[in-house]
Amino acid sequence: MHLETDVLVIGAGGAGMYAALEAAKAGASVLLADRSLIGRGGATVMAQMTVAAALGEQTPDSWEYHLSDTLAAGRGLCDERLATMMCQEGPARIREMDAWKVGWARNGDHIAQIHAPGHDRPRCVYVDVLSTGPAVSRTLRTQLNLANGIRRVGDLAIVDIVVRDGIACGAVAVHLSTGEPVTIAAKSVIIATGGLTRLYRRNSASFNMGGDGYALALRAGAELIDMEFVQFFPIGHLAPRLVGMDPIMWDPFRYKLGGKLLNAEMHEFEDDYAAQDARSDGNYVLTRDRATYAISKEVESGRGSPAGGAYLSFKHVPEAELRRSFGQVIDKLAANGIDLTQQLVEVAPIAHYHMGGVRVDETMQTGIPGLYACGEAVGGANGANRLSGNAITEAFVFGARAGQCAAKTALQAAANWSNEAAAPALNMLRASEKRDTPNLSVAVTDLQALMADKVGPFRTEEKLAEAIVEIDRMASELGAAPPSSGQSFDPLLIDWLDLRNMLQVAKAVAVPALARTESRGAHQRDDHPGLDEAWTLNQIVSLSGGDISLARGANISKKASA
Amino acid sequence: MKAILEIKRGTPGAEPHIETFEVAFEHGQSILDGLRAVRHETDPTLAFRFACINANACKECMMLIDGKVDYACTVRLKEGVTTLAPLPKKALVRDLVTEIAPPDERLHGKG
Ligand SMILES: Cc1cc2nc3c(=O)[nH]c(=O)nc-3n(C[C@H](O)[C@H](O)[C@H](O)COP(=O)(O)OP(=O)(O)OC[C@H]3O[C@@H](n4cnc5c(N)ncnc54)[C@H](O)[C@@H]3O)c2cc1C
Ligand code: FES
Repeated sequence: MHLETDVLVIGAGGAGMYAALEAAKAGASVLLADRSLIGRGGATVMAQMTVAAALGEQTPDSWEYHLSDTLAAGRGLCDERLATMMCQEGPARIREMDAWKVGWARNGDHIAQIHAPGHDRPRCVYVDVLSTGPAVSRTLRTQLNLANGIRRVGDLAIVDIVVRDGIACGAVAVHLSTGEPVTIAAKSVIIATGGLTRLYRRNSASFNMGGDGYALALRAGAELIDMEFVQFFPIGHLAPRLVGMDPIMWDPFRYKLGGKLLNAEMHEFEDDYAAQDARSDGNYVLTRDRATYAISKEVESGRGSPAGGAYLSFKHVPEAELRRSFGQVIDKLAANGIDLTQQLVEVAPIAHYHMGGVRVDETMQTGIPGLYACGEAVGGANGANRLSGNAITEAFVFGARAGQCAAKTALQAAANWSNEAAAPALNMLRASEKRDTPNLSVAVTDLQALMADKVGPFRTEEKLAEAIVEIDRMASELGAAPPSSGQSFDPLLIDWLDLRNMLQVAKAVAVPALARTESRGAHQRDDHPGLDEAWTLNQIVSLSGGDISLARGANISKKASA
Repeated sequence: MKAILEIKRGTPGAEPHIETFEVAFEHGQSILDGLRAVRHETDPTLAFRFACINANACKECMMLIDGKVDYACTVRLKEGVTTLAPLPKKALVRDLVTEIAPPDERLHGKG
């Protein structure tokens, strides 16, 4: 099947939906494709916490304050153009969502804003009760329904971007529910595929977050930036099994109620690590990266909880206060059989967000004309570490901008589609054949374990080098053509396509992590502790001769200290 | 603990058949955890739809569980037999996967 559109948007999360709306508003025809159902497949619908924007509703605020907090968290590596755009345009998008009746929680007659760690004042909006992401998704889906000129297609996994004479001209996809290959001619293409945290064993990811967009960009000839910076969230939920709740939900309660972190000996271990750390953050004993470190070290020393993390205890908090603070969350926990007055939960660091991503300019265009990116798929705005609440703001702001700019390009461009340029990807799909392969869903978990153990929050030269060798081995084992069990909704084909991308992206993380011989933000090297001014620069990953190649940007430390 | 999953499998037009899988589980694990374990340990060709795994946010994992429409990610595994079948009122795609997208969000249009 062949489709034609002005603008192809790949991924229908917050970024992709915003991009589609703005591109249509600018007069372009839009095809919004998602490998899952529209508005359901990625992180946006799963986010339950907060969104940061300097609205000044709760306390006087200005985007400049938000920017300086963002730059401080990014430890000198933020792309200031992108960070500025996010902070400056965030408030307008949050108010637009409010006008679309997303339902931001109110405090009396104004929008409520709470104080999240790393921000200098109350700045974060939310939708009660733990409903931010579902409300955002629902609101944008409603706007899509009301808009003209947007064709939405679910179950459509983009396999490769088609580039002709150095210009993006569309994509090759597979329609999952029929298995049929689909070509899409587009005058501009937007990657809005979200993050890559499915690469790790413990994560907050959906099934669709193996980092497709980074692989698509690489193979199209675009560059990635800051790929070594994967954010681990220190106290992600581990056990007992908890369904229906964001695995990072413990954090605000721990912050507010002083939840205690205990090891297997029921010892409160944070203080043992606090002495080593001058920077304490508000109500925390340890900053997030130190908490990740402390929990990991306790587990390594054999003092971990049964599931391999730490215990989190609220048992010291009186029941009435728990009820007051947790509100209806207590009932959701009870439905999962968890009673905090009686019981400890287990938490551990989990991969949660990716700071790195596709390298773009102020128009969200990559180095490949006609190819854009937005949302978590983009790198740069958050540098070496992200503040809580910035990711959804970034999805809105960059999504809108990408939609506008991609539409402008598309409306000025002539169709540039080329069957010849699409042939390699199409042929690969057509070459899929019934054959015996090792169980690729096992290969995915092997890769996740490898990434967690060797390219996780604490890295060394030895581990990273081993990881790269193993990734290469797995990639050569995967082969050049997918296996297949049949026609419609073929899980073997999906596993193969996922692994093809995941292995490429895993290497795109490991290679710059090996090169960066310092510790900064989310990239911590046990063999190179401490930040090194000489490394105040961004690393850029691209594909050269089919393999990952690395370049260094200019040192930007002057700008960072100004 | 061991759960026995009796799964109705097949493709449109073909006579469906029941396949039975045994999975080990821990207290609190979901049917979806069990299905993922089956793919991982026994049969990677088993098809079922899901995205969010833990959040119960995507609403893609609906199927017939012991005869009732429910989410595979919220219903817990139990000892003994659990029957799983595709949604009865939706067009079958494969195994437990049905066509659940709104008609105007499908490649092949409405209907
Ligand atoms: C559990 C959780 C909680 C979070 N909580 C917060 C929070 O409270 N506040 C905050 O600011 N941030 C939070 N984040 C981060 C934030 O939600 C994300 O960064 C943001 O939503 C990303 O939006 P996006 O549109 O870029 O990507 P996503 O929402 O992830 O959407 C990407 C879409 O692309 C689709 N896709 C992927 N590959 C392909 C392909 N090959 N073909 C077609 N489609 C494809 C996916 O199916 C998906 O629908 C959280 C993240 C998680 C996982
Ligand atoms: S897997 Fe998302 S709701 Fe069940």
